[in-house]
Amino acid sequence: MSLAELLLIADGRLPAGGHAHSFGLEAAVRRLGVSTQADVERFLDERTATVGFVEATATAMVCGHPDLDRTRLDLELDARMPSPAQRAASRQLGRQALRIGRVMWPNDAALAMRPPHRDGDHQAVVWGLLAAAARCTPTQAALVSLHHLTTAIASAAVRLLRLDPIEMHAGLLRRAAALDELADRCAELAVDARPDGLPAASHPYVDLLAELHHHDDERLFHS
Amino acid sequence: MHDHDHPHPHPHTHHDTHEPRAVDPGRPVRVGIAGPVGSGKTTLVASLCALLSESISMAVITNDIFTTEDADALRRLGVLADDRIVAVRTGACPHTAIRDDISANLDAAERLEASLAPVALTLIESGGDNLTATFSKGLVDHQIFVIDTAGGDDIPRKGGPGIADSDLLVINKVDLSPYVGADTERMESDAVARRAGRPVLRTSLREPAGATAVADWVRSLLVP
Repeated sequence: MSLAELLLIADGRLPAGGHAHSFGLEAAVRRLGVSTQADVERFLDERTATVGFVEATATAMVCGHPDLDRTRLDLELDARMPSPAQRAASRQLGRQALRIGRVMWPNDAALAMRPPHRDGDHQAVVWGLLAAAARCTPTQAALVSLHHLTTAIASAAVRLLRLDPIEMHAGLLRRAAALDELADRCAELAVDARPDGLPAASHPYVDLLAELHHHDDERLFHS
Repeated sequence: MHDHDHPHPHPHTHHDTHEPRAVDPGRPVRVGIAGPVGSGKTTLVASLCALLSESISMAVITNDIFTTEDADALRRLGVLADDRIVAVRTGACPHTAIRDDISANLDAAERLEASLAPVALTLIESGGDNLTATFSKGLVDHQIFVIDTAGGDDIPRKGGPGIADSDLLVINKVDLSPYVGADTERMESDAVARRAGRPVLRTSLREPAGATAVADWVRSLLVP
Protein backbone atom coordinates (compact mmCIF):
# COMPACT_ATOMS: atom_id res chain seq x y z
CA MET A 1 0.00 0.00 0.00
CA SER A 2 0.98 3.63 -0.35
CA LEU A 3 0.32 5.89 2.61
CA ALA A 4 0.70 8.97 0.42
CA GLU A 5 -1.99 7.73 -1.97
CA LEU A 6 -4.28 6.86 0.94
CA LEU A 7 -3.87 10.38 2.32
CA LEU A 8 -4.73 11.88 -1.06
CA ILE A 9 -8.08 10.12 -1.33
CA ALA A 10 -8.91 10.72 2.33
CA ASP A 11 -8.11 14.44 2.18
CA GLY A 12 -11.05 16.80 2.46
CA ARG A 13 -9.42 18.87 -0.28
CA LEU A 14 -10.01 16.05 -2.76
CA PRO A 15 -12.31 17.82 -5.24
CA ALA A 16 -15.14 15.29 -5.08
CA GLY A 17 -17.91 17.71 -4.17
CA GLY A 18 -18.38 16.62 -0.54
CA HIS A 19 -18.15 20.23 0.62
CA ALA A 20 -21.67 20.90 -0.67
CA HIS A 21 -23.26 18.04 1.32
CA SER A 22 -24.19 18.05 5.02
CA PHE A 23 -25.42 14.43 4.95
CA GLY A 24 -28.68 15.35 6.64
CA LEU A 25 -27.31 17.81 9.17
CA GLU A 26 -28.85 20.92 7.59
CA ALA A 27 -32.29 19.34 7.73
CA ALA A 28 -31.63 18.14 11.29
CA VAL A 29 -30.72 21.69 12.29
CA ARG A 30 -33.96 22.96 10.84
CA ARG A 31 -36.34 20.16 11.75
CA LEU A 32 -34.91 18.59 14.89
CA GLY A 33 -33.41 21.62 16.58
CA VAL A 34 -29.84 20.32 16.41
CA SER A 35 -27.86 23.34 17.59
CA THR A 36 -24.98 22.53 19.96
CA GLN A 37 -21.79 20.58 19.40
CA ALA A 38 -23.19 17.80 21.61
CA ASP A 39 -26.26 17.62 19.34
CA VAL A 40 -24.05 17.44 16.26
CA GLU A 41 -21.92 14.70 17.80
CA ARG A 42 -25.00 12.64 18.61
CA PHE A 43 -26.28 13.08 15.05
CA LEU A 44 -22.88 12.09 13.72
CA ASP A 45 -22.70 8.97 15.93
CA GLU A 46 -26.14 7.80 14.87
CA ARG A 47 -25.45 8.34 11.20
CA THR A 48 -22.05 6.64 11.43
CA ALA A 49 -23.37 3.57 13.26
CA THR A 50 -26.20 2.99 10.77
CA VAL A 51 -26.03 4.27 7.20
CA GLY A 52 -22.33 5.10 7.52
CA PHE A 53 -21.61 1.55 8.65
CA VAL A 54 -23.50 0.04 5.70
CA GLU A 55 -21.75 2.29 3.19
CA ALA A 56 -18.30 1.75 4.68
CA THR A 57 -18.86 -2.03 4.49
CA ALA A 58 -19.76 -1.72 0.81
CA THR A 59 -16.63 0.39 0.27
CA ALA A 60 -14.47 -2.24 2.00
CA MET A 61 -16.09 -4.98 -0.10
CA VAL A 62 -15.40 -3.17 -3.38
CA CYS A 63 -11.84 -2.37 -2.30
CA GLY A 64 -11.14 -6.04 -1.57
CA HIS A 65 -12.97 -7.24 -4.69
CA PRO A 66 -12.96 -4.48 -7.32
CA ASP A 67 -14.25 -7.00 -9.88
CA LEU A 68 -17.32 -8.02 -7.85
CA ASP A 69 -20.85 -7.99 -9.29
CA ARG A 70 -21.53 -4.26 -9.25
CA THR A 71 -25.03 -4.63 -10.63
CA ARG A 72 -26.02 -6.74 -7.63
CA LEU A 73 -24.27 -4.45 -5.17
CA ASP A 74 -26.03 -1.46 -6.73
CA LEU A 75 -29.40 -3.10 -6.12
CA GLU A 76 -28.48 -4.04 -2.55
CA LEU A 77 -27.44 -0.45 -1.81
CA ASP A 78 -30.62 0.90 -3.42
CA ALA A 79 -32.66 -1.43 -1.21
CA ARG A 80 -31.00 0.08 1.84
CA MET A 81 -31.83 3.67 0.79
CA PRO A 82 -35.62 4.10 0.75
CA SER A 83 -35.39 7.85 0.07
CA PRO A 84 -35.05 8.75 -3.62
CA ALA A 85 -33.32 12.01 -2.64
CA GLN A 86 -30.80 10.01 -0.63
CA ARG A 87 -30.12 7.73 -3.57
CA ALA A 88 -29.76 10.66 -5.95
CA ALA A 89 -27.27 12.38 -3.62
CA SER A 90 -25.32 9.14 -3.26
CA ARG A 91 -25.11 8.69 -7.04
CA GLN A 92 -24.18 12.34 -7.59
CA LEU A 93 -21.26 11.97 -5.17
CA GLY A 94 -20.39 8.68 -6.86
CA ARG A 95 -20.20 10.28 -10.31
CA GLN A 96 -18.05 13.08 -8.97
CA ALA A 97 -15.64 10.71 -7.23
CA LEU A 98 -15.47 8.48 -10.32
CA ARG A 99 -14.46 11.47 -12.45
CA ILE A 100 -11.51 12.06 -10.12
CA GLY A 101 -10.55 8.39 -10.09
CA ARG A 102 -10.51 8.13 -13.86
CA VAL A 103 -8.21 11.14 -14.16
CA MET A 104 -5.94 10.11 -11.29
CA TRP A 105 -5.67 6.45 -12.35
CA PRO A 106 -6.31 6.47 -16.11
CA ASN A 107 -5.18 2.85 -16.52
CA ASP A 108 -7.34 1.31 -13.78
CA ALA A 109 -9.66 -1.24 -15.39
CA ALA A 110 -12.33 -1.24 -12.64
CA LEU A 111 -12.58 2.56 -12.66
CA ALA A 112 -12.89 2.52 -16.45
CA MET A 113 -15.85 0.10 -16.40
CA ARG A 114 -19.27 1.49 -17.24
CA PRO A 115 -21.40 1.79 -14.07
CA PRO A 116 -24.41 -0.54 -14.02
CA HIS A 117 -26.87 2.30 -13.36
CA ARG A 118 -27.42 5.13 -15.86
CA ASP A 119 -27.01 7.74 -13.12
CA GLY A 120 -23.72 6.21 -12.03
CA ASP A 121 -22.55 4.17 -9.06
CA HIS A 122 -23.34 4.96 -5.44
CA GLN A 123 -20.52 6.81 -3.74
CA ALA A 124 -19.82 3.84 -1.43
CA VAL A 125 -18.88 1.79 -4.49
CA VAL A 126 -16.67 4.46 -6.02
CA TRP A 127 -14.77 5.07 -2.78
CA GLY A 128 -14.01 1.35 -2.83
CA LEU A 129 -12.71 1.58 -6.39
CA LEU A 130 -10.56 4.60 -5.49
CA ALA A 131 -9.23 2.82 -2.42
CA ALA A 132 -8.34 -0.23 -4.50
CA ALA A 133 -6.60 1.97 -7.08
CA ALA A 134 -4.66 3.61 -4.23
CA ARG A 135 -3.71 0.11 -3.01
CA CYS A 136 -5.50 0.46 0.33
CA THR A 137 -6.60 -2.41 2.52
CA PRO A 138 -10.35 -2.93 2.97
CA THR A 139 -10.08 -1.60 6.54
CA GLN A 140 -8.43 1.55 5.24
CA ALA A 141 -11.09 1.83 2.55
CA ALA A 142 -13.83 1.68 5.20
CA LEU A 143 -12.00 4.34 7.17
CA VAL A 144 -11.79 6.62 4.14
CA SER A 145 -15.56 6.32 3.77
CA LEU A 146 -16.22 6.99 7.46
CA HIS A 147 -13.66 9.80 7.50
CA HIS A 148 -15.33 11.64 4.62
CA LEU A 149 -18.74 11.24 6.26
CA THR A 150 -17.72 12.46 9.70
CA THR A 151 -15.54 15.35 8.52
CA ALA A 152 -18.21 16.50 6.07
CA ILE A 153 -20.82 16.60 8.84
CA ALA A 154 -18.39 18.41 11.15
CA SER A 155 -17.54 20.95 8.45
CA ALA A 156 -21.22 21.51 7.67
CA ALA A 157 -21.86 22.04 11.41
CA VAL A 158 -19.17 24.69 11.55
CA ARG A 159 -20.74 26.53 8.62
CA LEU A 160 -24.39 26.11 9.61
CA LEU A 161 -24.14 26.68 13.36
CA ARG A 162 -20.95 28.75 13.65
CA LEU A 163 -19.56 26.14 16.05
CA ASP A 164 -15.89 26.34 17.03
CA PRO A 165 -14.01 24.38 14.34
CA ILE A 166 -11.22 23.43 16.73
CA GLU A 167 -13.61 22.01 19.32
CA MET A 168 -15.37 20.20 16.49
CA HIS A 169 -12.15 18.49 15.46
CA ALA A 170 -11.43 17.56 19.07
CA GLY A 171 -14.85 15.90 19.01
CA LEU A 172 -13.83 13.96 15.91
CA LEU A 173 -10.63 12.85 17.59
CA ARG A 174 -12.61 11.43 20.53
CA ARG A 175 -14.28 9.14 17.99
CA ALA A 176 -11.08 7.95 16.33
CA ALA A 177 -10.77 4.70 18.28
CA ALA A 178 -14.43 3.86 17.68
CA LEU A 179 -14.05 4.53 13.95
CA ASP A 180 -10.98 2.29 13.82
CA GLU A 181 -12.99 -0.49 15.44
CA LEU A 182 -15.96 0.08 13.16
CA ALA A 183 -13.71 -0.02 10.08
CA ASP A 184 -12.28 -3.37 11.25
CA ARG A 185 -15.82 -4.69 11.57
CA CYS A 186 -16.71 -3.44 8.09
CA ALA A 187 -13.67 -5.20 6.64
CA GLU A 188 -14.54 -8.46 8.41
CA LEU A 189 -18.06 -8.37 6.99
CA ALA A 190 -16.64 -7.60 3.55
CA VAL A 191 -14.20 -10.50 3.36
CA ASP A 192 -16.44 -12.34 0.92
CA ALA A 193 -17.72 -10.54 -2.17
CA ARG A 194 -21.36 -11.15 -1.23
CA PRO A 195 -23.43 -7.99 -1.79
CA ASP A 196 -26.52 -9.64 -0.26
CA GLY A 197 -24.55 -10.05 2.96
CA LEU A 198 -24.25 -6.28 3.34
CA PRO A 199 -25.55 -5.13 6.74
CA ALA A 200 -28.92 -3.39 6.69
CA ALA A 201 -28.60 -0.96 9.59
CA SER A 202 -30.78 2.08 9.06
CA HIS A 203 -32.11 5.14 10.79
CA PRO A 204 -35.55 6.50 9.93
CA TYR A 205 -34.39 10.08 10.40
CA VAL A 206 -31.75 9.72 7.72
CA ASP A 207 -34.27 8.97 5.00
CA LEU A 208 -36.97 11.25 6.35
CA LEU A 209 -34.58 14.20 6.64
CA ALA A 210 -33.20 13.57 3.15
CA GLU A 211 -36.70 13.76 1.69
CA LEU A 212 -37.71 16.84 3.67
CA HIS A 213 -34.44 18.57 2.80
CA HIS A 214 -34.89 17.83 -0.87
CA HIS A 215 -38.19 19.71 -0.84
CA ASP A 216 -36.93 22.69 1.17
CA ASP A 217 -36.42 25.72 -1.01
CA GLU A 218 -34.06 27.52 1.33
CA ARG A 219 -30.97 25.40 1.85
CA LEU A 220 -27.22 25.70 1.52
CA PHE A 221 -26.32 22.05 1.04
CA HIS A 222 -27.29 19.52 -1.62
CA SER A 223 -28.05 16.90 1.03
CA MET B 1 0.00 11.38 -26.55
CA HIS B 2 0.38 8.96 -23.66
CA ASP B 3 0.15 5.28 -24.34
CA HIS B 4 2.53 4.10 -21.63
CA ASP B 5 3.23 4.64 -17.96
CA HIS B 6 5.64 7.22 -16.56
CA PRO B 7 8.43 7.64 -15.73
CA HIS B 8 10.23 6.99 -18.97
CA PRO B 9 13.93 7.54 -19.55
CA HIS B 10 13.84 8.11 -23.31
CA PRO B 11 13.17 11.59 -24.71
CA HIS B 12 10.18 12.13 -26.94
CA THR B 13 7.50 14.68 -27.65
CA HIS B 14 4.51 15.13 -25.40
CA HIS B 15 1.74 17.16 -26.97
CA ASP B 16 -0.50 17.35 -23.96
CA THR B 17 1.73 16.78 -20.95
CA HIS B 18 1.17 20.03 -19.12
CA GLU B 19 -2.16 21.00 -20.59
CA PRO B 20 -5.39 20.48 -18.66
CA ARG B 21 -7.34 17.37 -19.55
CA ALA B 22 -8.00 17.28 -23.26
CA VAL B 23 -11.27 19.03 -24.04
CA ASP B 24 -13.77 17.04 -26.03
CA PRO B 25 -13.87 18.87 -29.39
CA GLY B 26 -17.64 18.50 -29.48
CA ARG B 27 -18.08 20.04 -26.05
CA PRO B 28 -19.96 23.35 -25.81
CA VAL B 29 -18.01 26.51 -25.09
CA ARG B 30 -18.40 27.24 -21.37
CA VAL B 31 -18.42 30.81 -20.11
CA GLY B 32 -18.36 31.61 -16.39
CA ILE B 33 -19.97 34.76 -15.01
CA ALA B 34 -18.85 35.89 -11.55
CA GLY B 35 -19.09 39.07 -9.50
CA PRO B 36 -20.33 40.53 -6.22
CA VAL B 37 -23.91 40.10 -5.01
CA GLY B 38 -26.26 42.50 -6.78
CA SER B 39 -23.88 43.52 -9.55
CA GLY B 40 -26.20 42.14 -12.23
CA LYS B 41 -24.96 38.64 -13.05
CA THR B 42 -28.42 37.13 -13.37
CA THR B 43 -29.68 40.07 -15.41
CA LEU B 44 -26.67 39.69 -17.72
CA VAL B 45 -27.37 35.97 -18.10
CA ALA B 46 -31.03 36.72 -18.87
CA SER B 47 -30.05 39.39 -21.40
CA LEU B 48 -27.57 37.07 -23.10
CA CYS B 49 -30.23 34.36 -23.31
CA ALA B 50 -32.66 36.86 -24.83
CA LEU B 51 -30.10 38.00 -27.40
CA LEU B 52 -28.47 34.68 -28.25
CA SER B 53 -30.80 31.76 -27.63
CA GLU B 54 -32.71 32.10 -30.88
CA SER B 55 -29.60 31.45 -32.94
CA ILE B 56 -27.48 29.41 -30.46
CA SER B 57 -28.36 26.26 -28.50
CA MET B 58 -27.70 27.33 -24.90
CA ALA B 59 -27.70 25.89 -21.37
CA VAL B 60 -27.40 27.75 -18.05
CA ILE B 61 -26.09 26.59 -14.66
CA THR B 62 -26.74 28.85 -11.66
CA ASN B 63 -24.86 28.54 -8.37
CA ASP B 64 -27.48 29.82 -5.98
CA ILE B 65 -26.43 30.62 -2.48
CA PHE B 66 -29.49 29.69 -0.47
CA THR B 67 -32.70 29.65 -2.51
CA THR B 68 -33.13 28.84 -6.18
CA GLU B 69 -33.88 32.54 -6.72
CA ASP B 70 -31.52 32.99 -9.67
CA ALA B 71 -32.70 29.91 -11.52
CA ASP B 72 -36.32 30.84 -10.73
CA ALA B 73 -35.78 34.42 -11.94
CA LEU B 74 -34.46 33.15 -15.27
CA ARG B 75 -37.42 30.82 -15.60
CA ARG B 76 -39.88 33.63 -14.77
CA LEU B 77 -38.31 35.85 -17.39
CA GLY B 78 -38.94 33.09 -19.90
CA VAL B 79 -35.68 33.79 -21.71
CA LEU B 80 -34.79 30.11 -21.93
CA ALA B 81 -36.77 26.88 -21.69
CA ASP B 82 -37.07 25.53 -18.12
CA ASP B 83 -35.19 22.36 -18.94
CA ARG B 84 -32.15 24.35 -20.08
CA ILE B 85 -31.54 25.82 -16.59
CA VAL B 86 -30.13 23.89 -13.62
CA ALA B 87 -29.28 25.19 -10.12
CA VAL B 88 -26.26 23.86 -8.20
CA ARG B 89 -25.90 24.10 -4.38
CA THR B 90 -22.62 25.36 -3.04
CA GLY B 91 -22.65 24.40 0.66
CA ALA B 92 -22.22 28.04 1.75
CA CYS B 93 -18.98 28.41 -0.24
CA PRO B 94 -19.73 29.79 -3.72
CA HIS B 95 -16.14 30.27 -4.78
CA THR B 96 -15.18 26.75 -3.73
CA ALA B 97 -17.77 25.42 -6.16
CA ILE B 98 -16.32 27.27 -9.16
CA ARG B 99 -12.62 27.08 -8.36
CA ASP B 100 -11.36 24.56 -5.75
CA ASP B 101 -13.89 21.77 -6.09
CA ILE B 102 -15.70 22.10 -9.39
CA SER B 103 -17.12 18.59 -9.39
CA ALA B 104 -20.79 19.47 -8.80
CA ASN B 105 -20.71 22.11 -11.53
CA LEU B 106 -18.95 19.76 -13.96
CA ASP B 107 -21.46 17.03 -13.19
CA ALA B 108 -24.41 19.38 -13.71
CA ALA B 109 -22.95 20.86 -16.91
CA GLU B 110 -22.17 17.51 -18.50
CA ARG B 111 -25.57 16.03 -17.67
CA LEU B 112 -27.42 19.10 -18.90
CA GLU B 113 -25.34 19.31 -22.09
CA ALA B 114 -25.87 15.60 -22.77
CA SER B 115 -29.63 15.84 -22.25
CA LEU B 116 -29.93 18.84 -24.61
CA ALA B 117 -27.29 17.87 -27.17
CA PRO B 118 -26.20 19.58 -29.26
CA VAL B 119 -25.42 22.59 -27.06
CA ALA B 120 -23.03 25.26 -28.37
CA LEU B 121 -22.82 27.54 -25.33
CA THR B 122 -23.13 26.91 -21.58
CA LEU B 123 -23.23 29.87 -19.21
CA ILE B 124 -22.23 29.14 -15.61
CA GLU B 125 -23.29 31.88 -13.21
CA SER B 126 -21.46 31.86 -9.88
CA GLY B 127 -23.09 32.70 -6.60
CA GLY B 128 -22.55 36.32 -5.59
CA ASP B 129 -19.11 36.46 -4.07
CA ASN B 130 -16.17 38.79 -3.46
CA LEU B 131 -13.43 40.18 -5.68
CA THR B 132 -11.31 37.04 -5.38
CA ALA B 133 -13.80 34.75 -7.11
CA THR B 134 -12.46 33.12 -10.26
CA PHE B 135 -13.44 30.08 -12.27
CA SER B 136 -11.21 27.05 -12.66
CA LYS B 137 -9.96 26.40 -16.19
CA GLY B 138 -11.19 22.87 -15.61
CA LEU B 139 -14.76 24.20 -15.53
CA VAL B 140 -14.96 27.09 -18.03
CA ASP B 141 -13.13 28.24 -21.14
CA HIS B 142 -13.70 31.96 -20.57
CA GLN B 143 -14.84 34.08 -17.65
CA ILE B 144 -16.70 37.36 -17.34
CA PHE B 145 -16.53 39.41 -14.14
CA VAL B 146 -19.39 41.82 -13.42
CA ILE B 147 -19.16 44.83 -11.12
CA ASP B 148 -21.47 47.84 -10.91
CA THR B 149 -21.25 51.56 -10.38
CA ALA B 150 -23.50 51.47 -7.32
CA GLY B 151 -21.13 49.10 -5.55
CA GLY B 152 -18.57 51.92 -5.32
CA ASP B 153 -16.38 53.41 -8.02
CA ASP B 154 -13.24 52.43 -6.10
CA ILE B 155 -13.83 48.73 -6.84
CA PRO B 156 -11.55 48.59 -9.91
CA ARG B 157 -8.76 50.16 -7.82
CA LYS B 158 -9.16 47.39 -5.24
CA GLY B 159 -8.19 44.92 -7.92
CA GLY B 160 -8.14 41.19 -7.25
CA PRO B 161 -8.30 38.25 -9.63
CA GLY B 162 -11.84 39.02 -10.86
CA ILE B 163 -10.98 42.59 -11.87
CA ALA B 164 -7.51 41.86 -13.21
CA ASP B 165 -7.64 38.40 -14.77
CA SER B 166 -11.14 37.89 -16.14
CA ASP B 167 -11.39 37.61 -19.92
CA LEU B 168 -14.06 40.32 -19.98
CA LEU B 169 -14.84 42.87 -17.27
CA VAL B 170 -18.34 44.34 -17.32
CA ILE B 171 -19.02 47.59 -15.45
CA ASN B 172 -22.78 47.49 -15.06
CA LYS B 173 -25.48 49.98 -14.01
CA VAL B 174 -23.79 52.94 -15.69
CA ASP B 175 -27.27 54.50 -15.77
CA LEU B 176 -27.13 54.75 -11.97
CA SER B 177 -23.77 56.49 -11.81
CA PRO B 178 -25.18 60.05 -11.55
CA TYR B 179 -27.34 59.02 -8.59
CA VAL B 180 -24.58 57.29 -6.65
CA GLY B 181 -21.82 59.74 -7.51
CA ALA B 182 -19.76 57.16 -9.39
CA ASP B 183 -17.17 58.24 -11.95
CA THR B 184 -17.55 55.59 -14.65
CA GLU B 185 -14.71 57.00 -16.78
CA ARG B 186 -12.41 56.63 -13.82
CA MET B 187 -13.72 53.13 -13.12
CA GLU B 188 -12.98 52.10 -16.68
CA SER B 189 -9.50 53.64 -16.77
CA ASP B 190 -8.60 52.12 -13.37
CA ALA B 191 -9.76 48.72 -14.65
CA VAL B 192 -7.97 49.02 -18.00
CA ALA B 193 -4.75 49.82 -16.15
CA ARG B 194 -4.94 46.48 -14.36
CA ARG B 195 -5.99 44.27 -17.26
CA ALA B 196 -3.08 44.05 -19.71
CA GLY B 197 -5.25 44.79 -22.70
CA ARG B 198 -8.15 42.51 -21.85
CA PRO B 199 -11.50 44.13 -22.69
CA VAL B 200 -13.76 46.21 -20.44
CA LEU B 201 -17.37 46.98 -21.35
CA ARG B 202 -19.80 49.41 -19.70
CA THR B 203 -23.42 48.35 -19.63
CA SER B 204 -26.88 49.27 -18.48
CA LEU B 205 -29.09 46.22 -18.48
CA ARG B 206 -32.53 47.75 -17.98
CA GLU B 207 -33.28 46.28 -21.41
CA PRO B 208 -31.70 43.14 -22.88
CA ALA B 209 -30.31 45.25 -25.73
CA GLY B 210 -27.99 46.82 -23.16
CA ALA B 211 -25.99 43.60 -23.29
CA THR B 212 -25.49 43.68 -27.07
CA ALA B 213 -21.75 44.33 -26.86
CA VAL B 214 -21.33 41.50 -24.34
CA ALA B 215 -23.38 39.20 -26.56
CA ASP B 216 -21.15 40.06 -29.52
CA TRP B 217 -18.09 39.23 -27.42
CA VAL B 218 -19.62 35.88 -26.42
CA ARG B 219 -20.56 35.15 -30.02
CA SER B 220 -16.94 35.75 -31.06
CA LEU B 221 -15.89 32.92 -28.72
CA LEU B 222 -18.00 30.43 -30.65
CA VAL B 223 -16.29 30.99 -33.99
CA PRO B 224 -14.13 27.91 -34.55
